[in-house]
Amino acid sequence: MSPDPAPGADPAPEGMTLARAGDLPLKGRDEPSSWGRRLLIAAVLIWFAALILIPGAALVRQAFAKGWQPLASALAEPAVRRAFVMSLGITLVATVVNTVFGIAMALVLVRQRFFGRTLIDGVVDMPFAVSPIVAGLMLIVLYGPDSPVGGWLESRGFQVIYALPGMVLATMFVTVPFVVRELVPILRELGEEYEQAAHTLGAGRWRTFWSVTLPSIRWGVAYGVTLTVARCLGEFGAVLVVSGNVIGHTQTATLYIAEGIDSFHPEGAYAASLVLAAASFLLLVGMDLVRHRLEGAREVEP
Amino acid sequence: MEAGTAARRRARPELALRGASLTYLGVMVVLPMLAMAWQAFRPGPAAFWAAVTEPYAWHALKLTFVTAFIMVFVGAVTGTATAWVLVRYEFPGRNLVNALIDLPFAVPTVVTGVMLVALYGPQSVVGAIMGKAGWKVIYDQPGIILALLFVTYPFVIRSVQPVLLSLDRAEEEAAATLGAGPWTTFFRITLPTLWPSILTGSALSFSRALGEYGSVVMVAGNQPLLTKTAPIYIFGEIESGNRHGALAVSAVLLGSSLLILVALNALQRRGEVRDVA
Repeated sequence: MSPDPAPGADPAPEGMTLARAGDLPLKGRDEPSSWGRRLLIAAVLIWFAALILIPGAALVRQAFAKGWQPLASALAEPAVRRAFVMSLGITLVATVVNTVFGIAMALVLVRQRFFGRTLIDGVVDMPFAVSPIVAGLMLIVLYGPDSPVGGWLESRGFQVIYALPGMVLATMFVTVPFVVRELVPILRELGEEYEQAAHTLGAGRWRTFWSVTLPSIRWGVAYGVTLTVARCLGEFGAVLVVSGNVIGHTQTATLYIAEGIDSFHPEGAYAASLVLAAASFLLLVGMDLVRHRLEGAREVEP
Repeated sequence: MEAGTAARRRARPELALRGASLTYLGVMVVLPMLAMAWQAFRPGPAAFWAAVTEPYAWHALKLTFVTAFIMVFVGAVTGTATAWVLVRYEFPGRNLVNALIDLPFAVPTVVTGVMLVALYGPQSVVGAIMGKAGWKVIYDQPGIILALLFVTYPFVIRSVQPVLLSLDRAEEEAAATLGAGPWTTFFRITLPTLWPSILTGSALSFSRALGEYGSVVMVAGNQPLLTKTAPIYIFGEIESGNRHGALAVSAVLLGSSLLILVALNALQRRGEVRDVA
């Protein structure tokens, strides 16, 4: 898909369009390498290694400390399996809901003019400013058994806090902004011309959305979804507060890890950490690929 | 024109979309925040103040802000240096490092804690060597800063990098031609252009650091008056049933974080700070 450039749109400045994730353009000095420069590169790489790389390697070593067999048997334990199923289920629900919301909210923020739009734009970002623990506390205040809403729900036999619905709500709260934040700049850059053209050609609203808008923002959606999944899988504080941490029943993978490290048999925790770390590494690779596509799409489209 | 009828025909589904998304946002985000604010301030300002200045709470807040400040300072310097090296210099593994910068955004905070303890903890080789030298990092205050540095690692780098990439080199070259050394050129010419992006990255890091829980609690534990940061304190008070103490400290954390983000937003609107995605 390479639509004709809109009249009057200048080509993006060089350098910017080349700024891809995979191969960062080099804006280096042409002078011969000096000692100061080598020292700076070494310092930056040592810092990176000490903070990010070697701790990751240490986790792998720790998990494999006794070889494959104990690792595999630790992962095969029912508690571990249940925790991962729980995490994946919560991630699925929160991601689907927040993706639908994210697309709708971004369309509203970019395509509609209404009073208080700037304020709403700020409200979307609020979960980024809230500590996960505080997010959990907010949900307890609102839906806890001693609150009016929670009391009413409980009287109908529906428990939110210290149960699965609370954990889903907590995960949804912390991941509200991701998809919206990715899509707003993309929709703004895209403009309305193609949608209007489709409309003029007789396409209905849904048709326009499915065959014009969605295809043009699909990589933005993919990027937002990847970030959301990563955060959902890794969420700990907010879920911890509302879970009540009932062993087995309401435990996610991160809760299982924290509990395992505190107990005297951390093998399962190390194994589960390794799985989550591997998953986040894969998500990072996915993010990188999607970002390539995003930049690529921006280079072609005006 | 047909614009009038078209606009009217458009109006109803658009209103429905707006109504639905605003309702979701209201129920998910606004309502819990209002409920918390109401509960936190309902007992009155005196009770609020007493809860915040209670010795354990006060220490937790102080520890949170001090560690966040130290992290921001270290992070601003190392982050700017990393962005600089990645944009300006060629070295083996450059693209790989650049791709791995975002790893802390993808790794769960609990796993971060497990990783750092596995490497620097007292049971590891590195930890044992550091322990003999008298450095206690894990289960102590330096561990908090280490964890915060990990989780905020990408912020400054990702905020400074695009500015460095789009920077016009002419001024730097002019300064060099006029006899300025590399340090003078950096501090007089480059740094003033980078400041806003460094500030943006630092503000985001600071806001994140104030609320960080998972990695800090794994790395530093929850020893009162030693490593109990504000989020850890809040969790403890929730568990022990002191709802108001938890709410008051939460309000302080949330207020500070919002203040930072609102200030950053105001600066961005004035066009002084580059907007980063």
